[in-house]
Formats: sequence, structure tokens, C-alpha cells
Amino acid sequence: MKVLVLIRPKQGILDPQGQTVERALPALGFEGVTDVRIGRLVELEVTDPSKLDELCEQLLANTLIEDFEIQIQED
Amino acid sequence: MRIGVVRFPGSCDEVDALDACAMVADAELLWHGRTDLDGVDAVVVPGGFSYGDYLRPGAIARFSPVMKAVADFAAEGGPVLGICNGFQVLCEAGLLPGALLTNSGLRFLCKQVDIIVERPGTPWTADCEAGERLSIPVKHMSGRWHADEATVAELEAEGRIVFRYAPGDNPNGSTSDVAGVCSAAGNVVGLMPHPEHAVDALTGSADGLKLFSSILNGGDRVGTAG
Amino acid sequence: MSEQQAESLPGVDRAVELGLTKPEYARIVELIAREPNEVELAMFSLLWSEHCAYKHSKKVLRRLPTEGDRLLMGVGENAGAVEVAGLAVAFKVESHNHPSAVEPFQGAATGVGGILRDVIALGARPIAMLNSLRFGHPSSPRSRWLLDRAVAGIGHYGNSIGVATVGGEIHFDPSYESNCLINAMCVGIADPDRLMRCAATGVGNRVILFGALTGRDGIGGASVLASAELGDDDADKRPTVQIGDPFAEKKVLEASLELIDADLLVALQDLGAAGLTSSASEMAAQGGVGLDIDVANVPLREQGMEPFEIMVSESQERMLAIVEPSKVAAVLEVCERWELLASDIGEVTEGDRMRILVGDNVVGDIPVTTLVDDCPLYDLAPAPPEHGLYPAPPADLPEEADHRDTLIALLSGANIASRRPVFQQYDQIVQARTVRRPDEADAAVLALPVGENGIRPAIAVSIDGNARRVAANPEGGALEAVLECAANLACVGAEPLGLTNCLNFGNPEKPHVAWQLINSVEGIAVGCEALGIPVVGGNVSLYNEGPDGPILPTPVIGMVGEMPDATKTSSSGFLTDGQAVALVGPFSPNLVSSELAARRGQAPQGELPSLDISAVIAAHHAVRDGVRSGAIQTAHDISEGGLGVALAECTAVAGIGCDVTLPEFTDAALFGESPGQGFVIAGDAAAIAAIPGARVVGTTGGGNLVVSAEDGASFSVPVAEVQAARDGGLTAYLP
Repeated sequence: MKVLVLIRPKQGILDPQGQTVERALPALGFEGVTDVRIGRLVELEVTDPSKLDELCEQLLANTLIEDFEIQIQED
Repeated sequence: MRIGVVRFPGSCDEVDALDACAMVADAELLWHGRTDLDGVDAVVVPGGFSYGDYLRPGAIARFSPVMKAVADFAAEGGPVLGICNGFQVLCEAGLLPGALLTNSGLRFLCKQVDIIVERPGTPWTADCEAGERLSIPVKHMSGRWHADEATVAELEAEGRIVFRYAPGDNPNGSTSDVAGVCSAAGNVVGLMPHPEHAVDALTGSADGLKLFSSILNGGDRVGTAG
Repeated sequence: MSEQQAESLPGVDRAVELGLTKPEYARIVELIAREPNEVELAMFSLLWSEHCAYKHSKKVLRRLPTEGDRLLMGVGENAGAVEVAGLAVAFKVESHNHPSAVEPFQGAATGVGGILRDVIALGARPIAMLNSLRFGHPSSPRSRWLLDRAVAGIGHYGNSIGVATVGGEIHFDPSYESNCLINAMCVGIADPDRLMRCAATGVGNRVILFGALTGRDGIGGASVLASAELGDDDADKRPTVQIGDPFAEKKVLEASLELIDADLLVALQDLGAAGLTSSASEMAAQGGVGLDIDVANVPLREQGMEPFEIMVSESQERMLAIVEPSKVAAVLEVCERWELLASDIGEVTEGDRMRILVGDNVVGDIPVTTLVDDCPLYDLAPAPPEHGLYPAPPADLPEEADHRDTLIALLSGANIASRRPVFQQYDQIVQARTVRRPDEADAAVLALPVGENGIRPAIAVSIDGNARRVAANPEGGALEAVLECAANLACVGAEPLGLTNCLNFGNPEKPHVAWQLINSVEGIAVGCEALGIPVVGGNVSLYNEGPDGPILPTPVIGMVGEMPDATKTSSSGFLTDGQAVALVGPFSPNLVSSELAARRGQAPQGELPSLDISAVIAAHHAVRDGVRSGAIQTAHDISEGGLGVALAECTAVAGIGCDVTLPEFTDAALFGESPGQGFVIAGDAAAIAAIPGARVVGTTGGGNLVVSAEDGASFSVPVAEVQAARDGGLTAYLP
């Protein structure tokens, strides 16, 4: 099955990228955008989803500073 | 001859570029927030980490007010040189073809490399010979120039590959060993290596000075881009 | 108040949870004649911590010489500074060990950010970074991961901010397995007339906080003070890992220097450990004034932060400035142009009170001197160990290996191999003044602006430490580290002007660690006195321990020297064929605690030979003068791996071999160490023969490193093999 893993900076952790993008947007005419957070998207094709959590904790995300969310796509 | 060097928040090599320009002409810094170029005769978009390289290198800086003025200047044939992050900004802005991806080694790399001048005669290579080898340092994380096959073929055919890494010296895995390219009219040149860090033998090499001195010979506006 | 009386105080348990001892808490209660409230307790717990108060090291550090003719600013300021060619050269080394062990990329990055801000706070433009790193045995996957990520973090921050990383050292030893060391040194230059002090002065002056927003970064331990509304589920809201933002720091750097250039500041201080609490009270204490800080005016990254959180937040990339009221508007304008937040958060007051306010409401009110000066200082109880403290490392080089194989094994070992795979990840050249890059010479050489005589002067910088030798003999090993740094400077033609040190040790409450610390400081002091230079500042990092005990005692020395002419310097490698190769210095190598001993599985213990300091310094002078006169073109100090490795390194730089004949051909003569005391030099034969104390041993040239003994024994290695061994050694451990 196809799996998407969304990895984001944890709440409360400084996200310099998100902040910098957020501050640049008004200058381009995009007003009213707040709470920009920039993370990563990892696509996986897996046969056994039971170890996904472990996989994310050990490799895909740095759980000290990042949260991850697993989205299993329907076939 | 007066050369303007753009300064973005996060630029790091703008002062070195300014000093290199000042060795051959008058030079001044152009703050990113200004909407005109103060009447300069040539523009250098320098290296560094504009806006922290956040999102993508050059992605935010290309929208600075000064970049609109640089685009207009380039369209009129004004000579523009993008170095490293400046090259990335010019590619993001569509003033130069291709894009710069993360190095094939996935690490930042700082080393002296040899590059070969493929296209003399641009405003920034007027003092170089075809095939001339220059020793110039690179230092970047995202320097792997990439374009699709059709674009590369077109650039080759039009002589728009300005610099290539010498055989064995490609530090980042760029397509066809490309180190620098130019616009269709030849007045906008971008390269990953840092000629401003090669203007004095005391600090390693003076080969890069030729790019700046070229502007005195070939720095006149070369006409509206075709 | 007795400890028993302290027991009965309602707040004592909390104080202990925050790391204070019961007697310390009792002392606080006595000094302020009441129990501190939450905000005050948070502030005390940080300022009376080892990190801020140096309570186990301050008395020991008094032994270090802190005065010098060329000293412009010394201990007590954000960084030290010496005068070179009419400029102030500011420098300091600092550790970021514990954060890096948790998250090496961000830990190392924010370590670089912190030391940069110390130099910026002086009004100096940072021109160079160096670093000193220690990891566990490289066969450990965790050590390799720490190495890879720490190096990436250092590069990320230094490269992004446009400061060249020009030098450093890396050592691997099992004692660092769970406690790596990340020490970073920054060098900056300033106009001596514009050097900024950190003392707050001028009653009525404003306190301006500028830079990044304040979040719940690094509140860590103090979070036990959080009000009950935040339950366990909210633990994530209190991140212990701080994220570095070099882009913000770059703007802080440019804005700070612009503010100082425009004469808009009275004083400047960076926010580091303990955040506003530490910065504000340091500034007040230095200036002999009080401060009012209104935390309601601190711009926050997160809503609902409590006053104590704001006071102890360790959010990065922030500075605190004292500004005359008439200049506040101009300061805010400069910050705005650099897209930095700046807020007027308080006022300099008469007297001695540090008052924390939320609007009109006073939430903390304590004497500055109590916070800063009244923390008890402890005496150490040193005791030399009866036997070695450290286990023998695993052996991987058999004693029966011949000289040739031993040399190749040493060269390809992680402790000696080329550092190029690491240095290449650092921008070494930005700011266009790097005359000698890493791997080109024994010290980095940085050119300064052209002087009135039309000549470009330069500074040379080096960082060094050899913990295994310190483990064997703390005083002797620390002295050797000072001499090795000075030897590195001599190799490029520089004269030492001052040093900064980072003292990385285990738990000082253990008698053997106390003994290591006291004697190491003695060794550094002896070295300083011999060289005639002061300690300009530094940092102490204690309690570096893993489950198996303390780290090796690791005093790290950073040194700055001056060169009258940037063009009169040397290479660490042979440059042309047919030059004379000579040895200089009262070099008395032995294998105790050497790299070869470690590779043979021997613990770092034994007797170091005594050394003749005046003879060593005479050798340094001879090499320095020879380099400056042009007589010496190659100069390399003999350090880890001894003479054999030093000669091999000389051949590897430019691929030029040599043929030398040595009086002795023992393991000790070839691979024994005596750091800072011997040099390999090369140059024109007549010129080299005239160097005082030089003993010519052979000539450069050919494609081989050929080493012979006077009795006819000999071995030869192709230079290409030397290079391959050196180049592959560290790459093998980088993923």
C-alpha cells in the first residue's frame, strides 16, 4: 500500500524556514497568512504497515524536534 | 565604469565581490529594498545565503524589489553576473536557464577547482581565451546545475555554456560538467565558482580577476536580448 | 541558617529539584531575608548553577595569568581581545557539549551561534571560526553519527553567516562515547576605540532587546516551576532542543555592528545560557546599577509564556543593549531595516535591584550582587589516583608490525588521517583573508588590512589539546598543549599574543577529577608564563561523564599570534625537490600515552619526560624567525604519531618525497611523542644550516618517503601510498 508520511517541526520548536517564508509573503501581496510551518513529505510503498511508527521514529523524523503523521492511502 | 553589487539579507560574499569589483572599477552596494540600480553600468548578484536559503536557495530573494530592476536592466542588455547564490537567484528569476540542485554528495563542499572557459567574449569573459583554465574555489551545498536534455542541447548549440569544470573536477555532479551559463544575449552570466575569492595570489589564486576586468573590455551594453 | 532549618522551608524541595543544594537555598533565604518567589527562584537556580557561577572552578582559575602588554580586554567581558597592528583581535572558545550529545546538528550549530554572539557583543566582526571535537571510538555507529551531524551543524551555521572556518582538530577515544565534546572558537576584529563593554551604565538609559522572538527554548529544568494548568500533555511545548537560525544571526551581526559604528549603544551583551536572566544581571553587576525589566514588552514566539519562562528562555539569536533615551528611535530604525524585532523592555535604575515587572506589577525583586556575586564558591578536594583511571582501548595494531606497516596504520587511523573530508564542508575563504587554509600549514593565517608601511600584517590561529597526555600527567600534558599551540604558530611565523581555553572535565566533586583540573590549570599557567602571554577568557565544562566514568581530562587551548607580513609564512609540506630537511627542538619523544600506544591497546598512563621549557621556546623562536626571514619554507611540528608521521605528512601535502637518516630507529624515536617540542623544517641547504639548533637529516625530492638509520636499517614508502592512507582514514567513518 502507498503511505505518505508528513513530517513537521514540533509545536513550540523554532521553524526559521517557516518564519522567513511567512515574513516574505506580504511583500508579494499575500496578506493574512500566518503560522507557516515547513516540513517534509515522504512517500513509501509498504507491504507491512505494522512497523511504520518505528520506522518513522528511527529514521524519517527526528522526534526531538519533529512530529510525524502517517497517512495510509487507499489502493 | 561603475559596478553595483546587490546586498540581500543573508548575503555573505557581497563585500568580497565589492572589493573585487573595486580592483577594476568604481563599485557600490545596492540594498535589496531599492527599486532602481542607481545608474550603475553592471550588476553583480553575489554569493551567500540570501534569506537563509530557506525554502529553496534564491527562492525568496528573487522577489526582492531590486530584482525587478535587475531584470529590466538585463532585458536592456545590461551586464549581470550571478555568483553562487546569485546564480541561484538568477535561475529562480528566470534570467538564466536551468536550476541548481543539492550536490550529488549531499554535503556542502569548499575546494579549489579548475574551470575551463567555454565561451569567451561575454561581458564577463572578454579577457579570457577559449579553453583557458582558471583556478577558482567553489563552496556550496546546492550547486548541481540541471536542465533537461533539450535545453542542454540548445545551450550547447548556442554556445551558452560559459564555464565547465575541468575533467575530474566537477564537485557537485552538474549536467555536462556545467559550471556556468549565460542568457541568450550573453549579457547575463551565472556560475557556481567564486571568482571574487580568486583575485589575489596571497589568498590562493588571482585567476578570477579576469571576470571582473573583462567588464572594462566587454562591459558595454550588448544590445537588446534576442 | 542551618541545613536543618532549611529543611523546614516550604520552597526547599523545589529549589533542590532545580539543582540548588539545601545550604545554597538557605543562603539565598538569608541573603534576601525571605523565600524567593517562582521568578526569583528560577533566576537563582540558573545564576547559581555551575555553568553560570563556576562554583567549582572559580578558585582554581585564579591561578591563570590574565594580564598582558597587548591585552585590550580580558576575563569578565564577553570575549577577550589583544592588539594587533592597530586593531583589536577578539577571541574566545566555548563548549556546547551536552546539547550536542542530545542533538548533534543543532547542538553544534547553536554552539557556533553562541560563540559568534560573544565576539559580536564586543563590536567585533567575526572573521574566523575554529573547533575542537571529541567523539567515542570511530568503530561505534553512534560516534560516527555524532561526527557526521556535528560537522554538518557547524558548517550549516558558519557557512550561512559568512564566517570562515579555518581550523580545528578531532580526536576519538572511547571515554567520549556517551559524552562528545564540541568546542567552538571565534575570532573577530574591531576598531580598538569602539570595543564594546557589557557594563550597563547611565541611570535612565533604556534596555533594548533585539533579534529573534523569545520562545520556550531550553527552559528544561526550570519547567518544574510551570503552573499547574500545563499538564504532562503539554510537555512538548517546552522544547529542550534549541534550533539555530543563522539567517537571523547574520542580521543580528550586521545590525549590531551598524549600531556600534553609528555610536548608538552604551553597552551590548548577547543572550546565551540562562537568557535574559544572565545577560541582564551581568550587565547590571558590571555597571554597578539596577535594572527594571518588563517582561510584558518582550516579543514572544508563543502565547501564554509565564514571566519566569521569559526570564530564563534560551532562545537563540538575541542581543541586549543599553541605549540612551534619545537614541532609542534610531536603534529601532536600524533593527527594522535589518528585519529584526527590537523592543524597549526596561530601564537602568539607581541602586542594586534587579526588578522583573509585568506592566506595573513587580513579580521579582532581588539585589543584583546577590544573584551574581554571592553564590558560594567551593574548594576542591584533589587526590591523585593510585592507578590509571581509564581502561585500555581495544588494540588494533600488533607490536610486531614493522616500521613501514606501523606508519601506514597510524596515517590511516582516524586520529591522524587527513581532516579534509571534514574541512571541505566548511567555507574556509569567505571574507577574502585566508592565506593558509586547513591542511596547508600548521596554523591558519588570516591577512589583516594593509598597514601604513604598505605591508599586510596577519594573525595566525590554532586550537589544540591532547587529552591522553593530560590523562597521564595533567600538568605536563596541559603544558604540552599550550606549547603545541605555540609551536603551530611558530611554524607559520607567528608570535603568540594570548590564549583562550576550554576546560572539559568530569565531575569535579570526585577527587581524581579535581586533581586533573587543578593540575591542568597549573600546566596552562606555567605555559602562559613561559610564553609571556595571558589567558584572555574561556569556558569551563564540568560533569562530562558517561556510565563508565569521566571523559579524558580535555583542556583545549586556542591561541592567536601576530605576523608582521602575511606573505612571510610557510607550508606544512615539502614544496620542491633538493631542499635540506632538518629537525629543530629539544625533542625527547616517548611512547607514553602516544597514538601508537593507544593503537597497541595501552591505557593513557605513565611518566611523561620532563621538559626544558626555555629550550623549547628557543626552538619556537628559531623556527619563527627562520620562517619570517624566508630561510624556512616548510615547517611542521612533530605531534601525534611522532617524527615518522610528521615526515610522512610533509611529503603528502604536495606529493614530494624525502630521504632522511636518523640516529635512532626505535619505535620511540619514530613514533614517540613530545608535543610542541620538535619541528621538521625544510628550505635551501645553506639557509637551513644557519637556523640555530637545526640538525640536518636529509633532503627533499623523489617519489618516496625514505627513512634510514645510521646503522643501515631503512624503509621506504611511495608518497602516493602515504597520501592514500591519510586520505582514506576519516572518509571511511563518514557515512
